[in-house]
Amino acid sequence: MRTIVCVKQVPASNEVRLDEKTNTIIRDGGEAVINPFDSHALEAALALKEQFGGTVAVLSMGIPAAADMLRQCVARGADEALLLTDRAFAGADTLATSYALSKGIESLGDFDLLLCGKMAVDGDTAQIGPELATRLGLPHVSDVFSLECDGAAVTVQRTLGGCVQTLRLPLPAVLTVTRELNVPRLPSIAGVLRAEEAEISCRSAAQVGADETQCGLKGSPTQVVATFLPQRTRTVQEVTDTATLPAIIHHIIKGGA
Amino acid sequence: MALVIDTSLCVGCGACVGGCPNGALELVNGCAAVNEDACVLCGVCVQNCPVGAIDIRRETASPDNTAQHRDVWVFAQRSEGLAEVSLELTGLARRLADSKGQSVTALLGGGTQDEADVLIAAGADRVILGVQPALQNQLEAPYTDWICRLAAQYKPEILLFGATAFGRSLAPCVAARLGTGLTADCSVLDIDPDTGLLRQTRPAFGGNLMATIVTPHHRPQMATVRPGVMPLPVPDAARRGEIITDSEAVAAGLVELLEEVRSGGGSALQKAEIIVSVGRGIGQRKNMKLAEELAAKLGGVMGVSRPLVEMGWATQDRQIGQTGTAVAPRLLIACGISGAIQHLAGIAGAETVIAVNTDPNAPIFGAADYKVVADAADTLRALIDALA
Repeated sequence: MRTIVCVKQVPASNEVRLDEKTNTIIRDGGEAVINPFDSHALEAALALKEQFGGTVAVLSMGIPAAADMLRQCVARGADEALLLTDRAFAGADTLATSYALSKGIESLGDFDLLLCGKMAVDGDTAQIGPELATRLGLPHVSDVFSLECDGAAVTVQRTLGGCVQTLRLPLPAVLTVTRELNVPRLPSIAGVLRAEEAEISCRSAAQVGADETQCGLKGSPTQVVATFLPQRTRTVQEVTDTATLPAIIHHIIKGGA
Repeated sequence: MALVIDTSLCVGCGACVGGCPNGALELVNGCAAVNEDACVLCGVCVQNCPVGAIDIRRETASPDNTAQHRDVWVFAQRSEGLAEVSLELTGLARRLADSKGQSVTALLGGGTQDEADVLIAAGADRVILGVQPALQNQLEAPYTDWICRLAAQYKPEILLFGATAFGRSLAPCVAARLGTGLTADCSVLDIDPDTGLLRQTRPAFGGNLMATIVTPHHRPQMATVRPGVMPLPVPDAARRGEIITDSEAVAAGLVELLEEVRSGGGSALQKAEIIVSVGRGIGQRKNMKLAEELAAKLGGVMGVSRPLVEMGWATQDRQIGQTGTAVAPRLLIACGISGAIQHLAGIAGAETVIAVNTDPNAPIFGAADYKVVADAADTLRALIDALA
């Protein structure tokens, strides 16, 4: 069983403040961490390796510093790590990101299962998994919270609105996973030692055969034209005596406001 | 493709340095400088620079073939009948199409003539009714095949999906197949009066910032739209429209549906008239019972903010916000919720908001009608006693 897991490095915090003097945005991103949903994808891959044998490869597109995150994935049990890093990848939207990752996946060779987190917590788009599946021409299911594999096919469950679907897909296939799927393991001491020695392959666009016009900003159909903190429209009234709250609540519920 | 800093304009104020999500900018000799190994060309600094000294140099994309595309399309999702978001989208599409002098087409797979009539009354000029058996189930492969064939045939300018679990999974399949851009979870969509482009506004950076996005050179311009954010159109039974029945074969794909079980729940928040919501400020997990108790007393339901779901204190079906449920109750009592923008986006539809937080500067108060600076658990206890 060969599984590839796509992982993304994200800021540990998404805090944003407004500098009221300059009216500019201040971000306190703090350290970079692995996208939490991707941790669950990696755990699922490691569990399948324990069940069926085989290998787990982790793949990321990012700045050179993202190699540290891949090293942590090796410490947890991944066998192989590939980082796509190149100025040509910068500014990518989801279409360009899925293109670059699809070239990285091709360069990793044949596989049985491709796993992604349900979404990245800094972008919240949940588009990379389905876009990759479409580019690779493989069946896919998003938001999987239960996964069983018999070596030739996977049976998965997902929630769609008010119903739970149970679905079966032949391998190779693409899944995106939720937090409910499993509890990610911590790295073992042996894993940490192995990770220190491990080679994290870094590849440019050219090295994975990617067409630079389809990568990064150049290959991105979408453009951000403005970023801003949203306007508030309500006028707020301070309640200093909390003893008046029940009366306010009664008044609102009875139809006033 | 590069970030370009005009050193003759830069005043060395450092606004770009503090705003960079990736720590890629620094001041060198009183002038902004970029570390290209850390910059991902996100563009925040371009917006942030007070003197317009930073720009992203863009090479022109592939030649446009945008002129032959027209009309606004919506995917009319069904799940036991027409989903409410399908009508919200149709109403939105009507407004967008009117401002461009174009028409609205709704794609209804596995639906009925009656449902097509409802879409026409909501604002559609044309409904393409897919009667293929493969469209009876919510599966991405047959729907991707169906929608992409129709899009290639009719060339819509705009294509909208509801940001439901299915819409968020299906839309990227369609976008990747058509090779176009897709903006997720939009809360505002309008037409730029100068360029005629669809302006797609959504929360960015985990929801703490809003971003407006356009798709200038690729068609269709695609977006998913948060359910419960756009108003439901008032049906106009006098409207007339065309219903085209489509039965051309679609590729069923390799995903086999073994079972589908209705789980109920989930939508309780969406329909709730009264919601008591809790966030990290509730302190201890056991205090969540207080919110449940107050909600029960008021005949409402309890919701939570994202951190509580991430900590495993509540299940995702309880989550209010951009990645949870958008709510529109008559009364929302938000207890110990600081108010990240992704959360505020999900409560914009609430009629009256009472916010309780110990931090007088918490962003939640900017979205509240009543501000209570107090401990969440204490306030809940007092309210439960007072309403006993």
